[in-house]
Amino acid sequence: MDMSIIYPIISLGGMGILFGLGLGFAGVKFKVPQDERVPLVRDALPGANCGGCGFAGCDALATAIVEGNASITACPVGGASTVEKIGEIMGLTAETGERQAAFVKCNGGLCNSSYQYDYKGLEDCRLMAQLAGGGSKSCTYGCLGGGTCAKACPFDAIKMIDGIAKVDQEKCTACGMCVATCPKSLIELVPCSSDVRVACNSRDNGKVVRSNCQVGCIGCKLCEKACPIEAVKVEGFLAKIDYEKCTGCNACALKCPTGVIKVKGESLKKEAAKSA
Amino acid sequence: MNLAVVFVGAALVNNFVLSQFLGICPFLGVSKKVETAIGMGLAVIFVIAMACAATNVVYNFILVPLDIIYLYNIAFILIIATLVQLVEMFIKKSSPTLYQALGVYLPLITTNCAVLGVAVLNMTSEYNFIYSVVNGVGAAVGFTLAIVLFAGIRERIEYNNIPKAFQGFPMALLTAGLMAIAFLGFSGLISQ
Repeated sequence: MDMSIIYPIISLGGMGILFGLGLGFAGVKFKVPQDERVPLVRDALPGANCGGCGFAGCDALATAIVEGNASITACPVGGASTVEKIGEIMGLTAETGERQAAFVKCNGGLCNSSYQYDYKGLEDCRLMAQLAGGGSKSCTYGCLGGGTCAKACPFDAIKMIDGIAKVDQEKCTACGMCVATCPKSLIELVPCSSDVRVACNSRDNGKVVRSNCQVGCIGCKLCEKACPIEAVKVEGFLAKIDYEKCTGCNACALKCPTGVIKVKGESLKKEAAKSA
Repeated sequence: MNLAVVFVGAALVNNFVLSQFLGICPFLGVSKKVETAIGMGLAVIFVIAMACAATNVVYNFILVPLDIIYLYNIAFILIIATLVQLVEMFIKKSSPTLYQALGVYLPLITTNCAVLGVAVLNMTSEYNFIYSVVNGVGAAVGFTLAIVLFAGIRERIEYNNIPKAFQGFPMALLTAGLMAIAFLGFSGLISQ
């Protein structure tokens, strides 16, 4: 046969085979051992890459879970079904992560709180918080009502009602986007199993709170005394509920004089007055 | 011609991107941020240096003796593709941090015509092994210089008020054109 055909076939074919073998060999030699559970866990996660878990995204969380750096309940968005799936893959049956929801620690809406001045400008809390006096509201801790959290919420769970952000617990996935955007650090994640909430963030003393807002926490400590199991503590003129201890007896909410301790978003103050 | 002239010639005078218009795809695609542009540039320098050495050996010791020089394109592509794969595996194993930083740009180099361009240029210029590698590194340094400068300009353009019709790629292409004109100034650096 003509050499002009054989040489190309042999040389290029040989090079191809040689390179192929070399790559195959290198593939084995330079193999980076990746846990086969990582892609499985990754598939079980919601894949929204919201970063609510504190990791860079679902891929990073999957790696962390497999390496044992994160709990299988670390994903706040996926809920019980995700935990179950990951648990299966990891061979763990950890307790289901408690469902959490965001809660805005303020209820001093337009009709309940006083204002230092009228604000007419861009509706963005991050901007409003930079203004003199920390915003137009007299209370420097309260919700500015600019709706920045509502815009940040990827699940449309926050609505602005009466100048206050309100979270729809059903829609909330506890991804934490609103927690990160609120310039007043007003929003926190609380367990859904508990219905009792302190809807105030003011650390001012009682007199100042009284003059700023009709529905603020004045730090009177009546709730602390009312609680049979010491689940409520008043620190810096602000009541705080320890959700791990709270049994939901509502004793604090019934005693609260300003009605800032709420059960299922409702103040029990009027009912207490009626029954008394 | 000495090595320095070859190096400067490849890096500035005959800049691959701005005067020979090779490797435009990564030049436009990976130049939105200076950081990624530097990563891409370094990866290209590494791959081109390796590719120049390998193609020179294959050309001189396989293609020429067997009188099958006409197959150089296929042979070079084969070498470059293999090399990029190998480099990717090696970096993944030895430096996961660098691997993550380079990301998708590493495999993208396979399709960078500048790599093949240098190899072919070395062949037609009949450079020996050392000259080939120096020419390759020079060309790659020129590529890096161009893409990093370009990325820096694009980062600043982002904040400018550009008419709607020119936003995005049209503006980038205009910028590249102006840069090419500027690089034309280097053509007097070496008298041919």
